[in-house]
Formats: sequence, structure tokens, C-alpha cells
Amino acid sequence: MKKIFALGAAAMCALGIAAAPHAAQAKQLTQITFGVDATYPPFESLSPSGKFVGFDVDLGRAICAELKVKCVFVNQSFDGIIPALQARKFDAILSSMTVTPDRAKVVDFSSEMFDEPTSLIAKKGSGLMPTVASLKGKTVGVEAGTIQETYAKTYWQPNGVKVVSYQGQDQVYADLLSGRLDASLQDSVEADYGFLKTPKGADYALAGNATYDPQDVLGSYIAIGVRKDEPALLKKINWAIAKLHANGEYNKIQAKYFNFSIYNAEAAKQAP
Amino acid sequence: MIEILQQYWKPFLWTDGYNITGLAMTAWLLVSACGIGFCLALPLAIARNARNPLIWFPVWLYTFIFRGTPLYVQLLLIYTGVYGFGFVQHNEALNEFFRQGLNCTILSFGLNTGAYTTEIFAGSIKETNHGEVDAALAFGMSKITLYRRVIIPSALRRALPVYSNEIILMLHATTLAFTATVPDILKVANDAYSQTYNAFDAFGLAAMMYLCVSFTLIFMFRKAERRFLAFLQP
Repeated sequence: MKKIFALGAAAMCALGIAAAPHAAQAKQLTQITFGVDATYPPFESLSPSGKFVGFDVDLGRAICAELKVKCVFVNQSFDGIIPALQARKFDAILSSMTVTPDRAKVVDFSSEMFDEPTSLIAKKGSGLMPTVASLKGKTVGVEAGTIQETYAKTYWQPNGVKVVSYQGQDQVYADLLSGRLDASLQDSVEADYGFLKTPKGADYALAGNATYDPQDVLGSYIAIGVRKDEPALLKKINWAIAKLHANGEYNKIQAKYFNFSIYNAEAAKQAP
Repeated sequence: MIEILQQYWKPFLWTDGYNITGLAMTAWLLVSACGIGFCLALPLAIARNARNPLIWFPVWLYTFIFRGTPLYVQLLLIYTGVYGFGFVQHNEALNEFFRQGLNCTILSFGLNTGAYTTEIFAGSIKETNHGEVDAALAFGMSKITLYRRVIIPSALRRALPVYSNEIILMLHATTLAFTATVPDILKVANDAYSQTYNAFDAFGLAAMMYLCVSFTLIFMFRKAERRFLAFLQP
């Protein structure tokens, strides 16, 4: 019996020691480390000199400036970004991550950073629309693991649209060009910068945004993700985002990248 | 693990409701590729051992090219490259064939394993015991009968251990199929992973399934070897 008590006491001590520096860290925020998948211009990418650049990254820097802390960026591929956050490789995910119920189970999300609609692109003059009636019997390409894949498989595939999943977005574009696909579904800004504005995409155009979403598979908006055990950090980030809107800094950064408003005030209102 | 199993057992085994996926797709890829490979390899292995360079050289070139380049590159060439040619898209039959990712995948897997199998069979034909051939000739067998009754059966038996290796390597190679949008076991594992962010369970499950298939194949080949190679046992 004594032995068990001793063991218990030892365990308590160990826990206490482990917890102590942790508590100190939470009190004094000196720097925020962001995990970024820097392959997604214009939101986040690496400049030729190896610096992190993009709309998301600029917003991150502005948030750090508001909080008067140091900003550090760590490159991390998107599919491993949540496990890496949980492994404490960085404090927050800043990588165009859309809030979805599944992700919200494992990560806490900040208030809205920005919002981009999901849109269909197809050959100019094809007359296709992102609706079941228009796409019936056609083949639509999506990138595996994206909310767009879930969307197409939830609403379109059961109703006679052929949905094909690809490993990467560039492969979707390649098959759209080769003619295997009639249309492809992805983020509107990604479609615009990654394909339509390149010489290859000259014959293609936005066919419309996906708006029908009763089951809410497209999620709400794009936000910063933090670990569930750090509500203090989340609160600070939320405060900084609100501040950026209030003092006009957000609009200044937005104007640097886009000629339209990327902040969806409607979605922000619905935020929990 | 339980959560993934509950949600994904069906796609992992045979279907996501619309397409064949998972284990059924992997098995179909393996069977069809190895079927094509075997049918291709048998005549080519005989041609590979011909004396006439006009016959053996093209076969040598085929096996050299397909064994000398990665399967991944071959798959990309056939799936993306060939379909990019104008004449393929304008020919009705070719267009229909190459439009489907599954056809491209089976074709490239079949050609690839065909090249390896050709070399395996050719090697074992070459090493046929001279005594057996002499005896058959002394019996007055024609060339065709000689191959049909003596050389081929004996060569295939002796090739069995190496051939079983090739089949298992082919099973592992089917993991490339999703490059051409074919939803095999690994694609379902990827889906499960991106849904739950639990990498170890999602891919661990896939690994277990591959292990089960490998084990079944090894077991079957072991049985076959016991039976067909009994005459070689000490």
C-alpha cells in the first residue's frame, strides 16, 4: 500500500513539474509560431529569396504586430498540418484553412480571416452551371481531401454527375485541358490565380459559384486554427483580427492582393 | 480505429456507393494486370530465346524499356501523355479507351509486369535441362510438341518461386493507381486520413489489408510450389 502511495506522490510531483513551465508560457506571450503550407499563392507562398509572402502571411504579421509579439513562420505540408499542430511544432495554423465541423472537432478556430466561394470552371461557352441539372452525365474533377470533393460527392454524385478525385489540383487542370473532364470544382481564388489567369487557362472561364449547400459541407469561412488547450491565445488572435478591421489595416492588406472584397460579412455574422 | 472502421469499412472493401473501390479495386488491378502480363510473357519469353535477332531484339527492347523506367513514369506517360496526342482523341475507339483512368492503369501495369514476367520465363526456359530436350527430340517430337509438352510446363514450374515474388511486387505497385484517379485501398485510406486526421490508424488499416492479401498470395504460392515442384524436392 505504501508503495502505491509513493508512486502516486511521485506521479503528482512529475505532473506538477511538467505543468509549471507550461503555465508560465501561457501567461507571457512573446512570439507566435504559425504553420504555413507555402504552396498556395496568392495566400501563402515562398518568395524566390525564401521569405514567406502572401495575403494570409501579411495578415499573420499584422496580427503579431497588434499583439506586439514576434512572428515566426514554419513550412508544413497541408495534409500533415493538423497533426503537426498537435505535436506542438507551431502554435497556430495559418494556411487558408476552411472551418468545417470535422476540423473543429480537433482544432479551435479563430473568427473569420477571409472567405472565398467554391466555384466551377469550364470551357468558355460550354454553358455549364454548378447545378445537378446542368452537370448530369458530365464529368467533374476535384482534388482529393478538399471540401470541394465532399461537396461534389454529397450533392452531385448521387444525382448522376460523374465525380473524379485527383491527387493534386494541377492534375485536375491537366485533365480539364486534355478534355477528360468537362468541368472542375475548386476555390474561386485558386482557380483564378492558379489557372484562369495563366496562358493555359485562356479558353476557360468561371461557370459560377456553388451556393446550394443545405448540409453545410463547404464549411463557413477561413480562419486560424489553434490547439484546443489554448483558449488564451485564441482570444488574443480574435481580438487582433477585430482590431485590424477596426483600424482599416485589413482593407489596406486586402487592396494589395485583390480588387474585390474577400471578407464575407454575412458569414462572419453567423460565426459562433 | 473503430471510428474509421465504422465509417469506411465499405469503401475499404468494395464500394463507395457508386464505384468499385478499396480491396475489390486493388484485387481487380492485380488480377487483370497479372493476367495481361502472363499472356504477354509466354509467347514473348519463347521469342526472347530465339536465334534470329529480328525476333529476339524487339522483345529485348520491350523488356529493356519497361524494366529500365519506373512504373510511375510509365503510368503518367500512358495516362497523361498518350491522351494528349490529337490522333488518340480524334479516334473514337482510342478516345473511349484512354479516357478511362482504369484502362490506362491496367494497360501500364500489364505492360510493366509483362516485361518482368517475360524475363523470368525466358530465364527459366533457357535453363531447361539439355537431357530433357534431347530425350524429347529422340522421341521424335516436333518443335511445337517439344515446347508444349516439355519445355513450357517444366519452365513454368521452375519459374514459380520467382514469379510469386513478381506478383507480390505487383500488388505493392498497385498503390500507384490513384495517380490515374483509380480509387484503390490507398485512396480510401487517404480519404479516411483527411477526414479524421488520424494518420496511423488510417494508413495502418491499409497496411493490414495489403498484408492480408500478401499473406494469402504467399500461402497460395507455397501450396502451388509444394505441388508443382515436388519433383525437385530433395
